[in-house]
Amino acid sequence: MIEVIERSRCISCDLCVQVCPTRVFDRDDDGIPVIARPDSCQTCFQCEAYCPTDALFVAPLVAAVDSESRFRDVAQLTTTGLLGGYRRELGWGHGRALGARTAVGPEYPD
Amino acid sequence: MILNKDGDSAAVAGRAPLAADVLVVGGGPAGTWAAIKAAQAGADVILADKGRCGSSGATASVGTGIWYVEDEPGLREAAMASREALGGHLADRDWMARVLDETYARMDELARVQRYPFPVGPDGRQIRDDLQGPEYMRRQRTRVQRLGVRILDHSPALELLADDDGVVSGASVLDRETGQVLTIAARAVVLAAGGCAFQSKTLGCDVNTGDGALMAAEAGAELSGMEFSSAYAIAPAGTSLTKTAYYSWATFYRADGSVLEGAGSTRGRSVIARTLLTEPVYARLDRATPDVQRAMRHGQPNFFLVFDRLGINPFTDPFEITLLAEGTVRGTGGVRITGPDCSTSVPGLYAAGDTATRELICGGFTGGGSHNAAWAAASGSWAGQGAAGFAARRGLRPDQPRPLGQAGLRPAGAPGLDYREVVPEVQRAVLPYDHNYIRHPSKLGPALDALHQAWSAVRDGLTGAGEDLFRAREAAAMTAHGRWMFHAALQRTETRGMHKRLDYPRQDPAQQFRLLTGGLDEIWTRPEGGPLASAVTGGLAA
Repeated sequence: MIEVIERSRCISCDLCVQVCPTRVFDRDDDGIPVIARPDSCQTCFQCEAYCPTDALFVAPLVAAVDSESRFRDVAQLTTTGLLGGYRRELGWGHGRALGARTAVGPEYPD
Repeated sequence: MILNKDGDSAAVAGRAPLAADVLVVGGGPAGTWAAIKAAQAGADVILADKGRCGSSGATASVGTGIWYVEDEPGLREAAMASREALGGHLADRDWMARVLDETYARMDELARVQRYPFPVGPDGRQIRDDLQGPEYMRRQRTRVQRLGVRILDHSPALELLADDDGVVSGASVLDRETGQVLTIAARAVVLAAGGCAFQSKTLGCDVNTGDGALMAAEAGAELSGMEFSSAYAIAPAGTSLTKTAYYSWATFYRADGSVLEGAGSTRGRSVIARTLLTEPVYARLDRATPDVQRAMRHGQPNFFLVFDRLGINPFTDPFEITLLAEGTVRGTGGVRITGPDCSTSVPGLYAAGDTATRELICGGFTGGGSHNAAWAAASGSWAGQGAAGFAARRGLRPDQPRPLGQAGLRPAGAPGLDYREVVPEVQRAVLPYDHNYIRHPSKLGPALDALHQAWSAVRDGLTGAGEDLFRAREAAAMTAHGRWMFHAALQRTETRGMHKRLDYPRQDPAQQFRLLTGGLDEIWTRPEGGPLASAVTGGLAA
């Protein structure tokens, strides 16, 4: 579930508001998105994939975490590289090689 | 300001209705291919997506194999033969061959025109049997836009419209941003709105609530294979990460660390379901060699995204798992296809992707992964071309098509029922493993009764205002879907494909036919090509 919108990173591009399939976000008066409908979040990670500044973090759990959770600790998420991790794997963002280009999975066993 | 062909202004669409030759409902792989092929055929196209075309639905959030087979007779033959028995011999060789041809051509187009970055193998050729969902779908959106298709995002379809002869003539959609209901007049409609996963939280599928099947049934279309709807996917407990294929390398364990005998990701999944009814089950991907582990990371980055965030090494740490229902998203039931252009039994209405039955290529076995992806590209393309042709032949659009929506929109009695009361009730009937996965009349019967009662209440009083309007329709669609599934499941008194009956554990050669289902208040089934088998009232309260 979406847990973090880091204001200092957000550039008010509204991409997350647009790409979210379930309209979880609204934009507030100063242009920063707010999590308006958290119950609608389906933990699909699309907002994170499209955020150009890695300002969003989707926790891997479908239920909300408490405010002390490590999934809300932006400093730690940054240090561990979890913030922006999906985008890095997809190779989305300036100067990155597209992940699809090397996405060759294993041969499945019988 | 956008002007359409008739000079209507989309900017004031609340008053002036939108119009197009072809309306495509749904913007996943099937809907985008439909829009591309309809536009290429010269049609003026509107595509409406409940979420957002390019990032919404079952494909956008996942990686998926695709049934792409080199054009060599031996390989094609083997590909077609591989699932025939698993599917209970209900698939059709002609359709399989067509889908393989069409998929081959569409993936070539995807590489050349959408410039999808397929990986390149050691022989220097592109490897085209696997797709990264986010990359695929964002390129599909761009292609659709470049062809001049008008995309309406965040615009769930509410109902179909038809003329006096019952020819489908458009739809109304809710613009979630403004709260306005828009009427879209169209000469033909493609339903590519996905299957139904009952909002089980399987990855990306909360938007897949069976809306297409409900709208089609209201227009008079038939459904097929609704009993093949017992698909469940493995996910780490508490997550949405349904990526069952990688559990090919798993060993399954009980809480005490002992191996759960007979459990497996394919044939042994029902052992997992049965065990989960009474105790937790754990998995560990301990059969993956270091080389396989590396390849897995490349193949499906979002699989590891979840484990990395949870701090779990899935190759060394046992983790608790669950099974999430995937209904007719990975099941194969859906709207019956009556022609090679993916037409339905209703004129002007075409069905594609998971909204349509996939029995034609999968029989009763799951279409999960590669077959559904191939079907989406092929059926979407055919439906788009078919709808464009129909629109061109049809001539004038009717002035005042009548709306066909009933349940959740136009209650028969006093409004007062909220979708929030309906959805959990439907989930309680449909989701439990001992109702839907491992089927027995002692559970199916009462669950179906509960769904019939829910339907009566829905017909009588369910509606919603503003945002809740489409939520009410979703709830009605899920209720109807559950009833079709369980009615068909009771009618098929054998085990075939994914449909497993505890009381009839064997395949019955006398039932080697597709089972058609339909109806709203009264549900019927009949073997394809055969007489009506039974009708059961839905217990309409009004």
